[in-house]
Amino acid sequence: MYNAKMKLTKEQSDILGGSKGELYAKALETIVRYGDMFEAPRLVEVTHKETHLVTSFGISIMKPLFKTMDELVEANIQTEGKFTVDPRPIDYKNVKCSLLEKLVFSKIIYGDQKRYEEQLTKVGLKNKNAFTCTSYLPEVGNTPKKGDILSWAESSAVVFANSVLGARCNRNSGMLDLFGGIVGFVPEYGFITDEGRRAKWKVIIKTSSKPEAQILGSAIGMKVMEDVPYVVGLDKFIGSELNDDAIAYLKDFGAATASNGAVGLYHIDNLTPEAKELGTDLIKDDAKEYIIDDAELERVYQSYPVMWKDKDKKGQLCFIGCPHLTFKQLNDWTDKITQGLKENNRKKIATRTVLTTAPDVKEKFVKTPKYQELLKTGCTLSSICPLMYTNNPLTHKRRIMTNSNKLRTYSMSRYYKDEEILGIITGKEGK
Amino acid sequence: MKEFKGRVLAAGKFKGEAVVSHQGVNTLASFQKAALANKKRLVVSDQNNPDLFNNDVTGKALCLPITIGSTTGGLVIQTICSMKINPACFLFSDHIDSLAASGIVLARVWEKSDVICIDLLGKDFLESIKTGDQIEVKEDGTVVIL
Repeated sequence: MYNAKMKLTKEQSDILGGSKGELYAKALETIVRYGDMFEAPRLVEVTHKETHLVTSFGISIMKPLFKTMDELVEANIQTEGKFTVDPRPIDYKNVKCSLLEKLVFSKIIYGDQKRYEEQLTKVGLKNKNAFTCTSYLPEVGNTPKKGDILSWAESSAVVFANSVLGARCNRNSGMLDLFGGIVGFVPEYGFITDEGRRAKWKVIIKTSSKPEAQILGSAIGMKVMEDVPYVVGLDKFIGSELNDDAIAYLKDFGAATASNGAVGLYHIDNLTPEAKELGTDLIKDDAKEYIIDDAELERVYQSYPVMWKDKDKKGQLCFIGCPHLTFKQLNDWTDKITQGLKENNRKKIATRTVLTTAPDVKEKFVKTPKYQELLKTGCTLSSICPLMYTNNPLTHKRRIMTNSNKLRTYSMSRYYKDEEILGIITGKEGK
Repeated sequence: MKEFKGRVLAAGKFKGEAVVSHQGVNTLASFQKAALANKKRLVVSDQNNPDLFNNDVTGKALCLPITIGSTTGGLVIQTICSMKINPACFLFSDHIDSLAASGIVLARVWEKSDVICIDLLGKDFLESIKTGDQIEVKEDGTVVIL
């Protein structure tokens, strides 16, 4: 039996010793060993029982994952609450693929998708709509309260839950999210503690207009890495209330901080809950400073490598919605694309474009007249994970455009600002 | 010859070549391509990491500040360890991050991997060591640049 450095309760020690079976003991040992690496003094109870898992894809190389899931199913072990999980990797109906691409997706890369979804269902998946990276949106309903302790993974969801909702969750890895959901405990360290939530960086926004969320997040992520930034001067552009626009902005900003760096929590002065409550007291005395002006954002934007083989050619496919779009964003993009086409005297978009959103948000949107407006433009609406789509080596030949810094980072997609991408897909270029 | 002492997180002995990243290593972006293609060697595919891009890290000592990026990171490390194409050692100048820590624990507990991991080697360590250097790692957390 593992000799834990942290203090365990009698019940936890018994579980570690095998009182609930070998598999349960192994899951707890993983969490305890992990907590010991951070000198966590003890385990604390997960208070928001609905876990969010990062691994939604039955990718054939993840053999350790399938093996563990099989063992859990066989032992009839489930998570304490129902869980949501990242988006599915395939949607042939709305993201068209060639026959060869389908073959590679279904038989080679995601050959274990069906098997994995069956495993997820048996271990505690919430429902068939539970596949999204934005589980915290009201339509999906896996929304923790301020102060809740979570066992979540998915970097963009964790940073949102910590920063915008004021919940408490470390940047757990895949598997650790699941094990925390099963045993109901996580190590007490980092973002779980008050001290771990204090800022090591003061970021001062001095731009002349509202910064592009995805570039600002990228700049901050690359600068502060895993540290907590306290951002001042942004409320001037996005307001001091967490309304739909601010939430959408912070979702995209946070995803970029987490994927271009390793940010798990940020505070926005006069906006996010802890910043509103504690203000600049959240900033550590020895905090470093990072000033962001127009020139700095431009420097960061110009630093992104373009991985297309032929950089001068036009894009062939565009993904908007990584992380998945909110209901408000879906409406806004529909309006902007419709208006853009009108201005450019076009009926249909110039580049194949897929908007992505959570299945529950899609269901809501489909019931509104806006959905037909969107379809008229030629765009499609999917709940796919664009990142998982780009895992197919055959898609590497395709020139994919995106306004997501996360997708850019993990694929060969080319990043464009919102206005640029709107211009390209509505045919402004070459008009 | 220069010596550094860190905190042992997964003990073991190693003698061989170092590969150095001065920036945080994005685990998913770095390792997914080789893992997906079921390669026998782990060649880093992260376009944003000029220190590591296109470097083969299998069986070598990966020297880095921390890992960054997607929270699949731990599972990615577990997977490359299960495929036995992993770096032999992860040598961190800083405190280990949560994703790498998960990966090392998952690899040790669930895969019985003998991957070595030492952290807190200090900024000086990363400034002193270069890709291609021969190093020795001892069980007590000592790293010697030979």
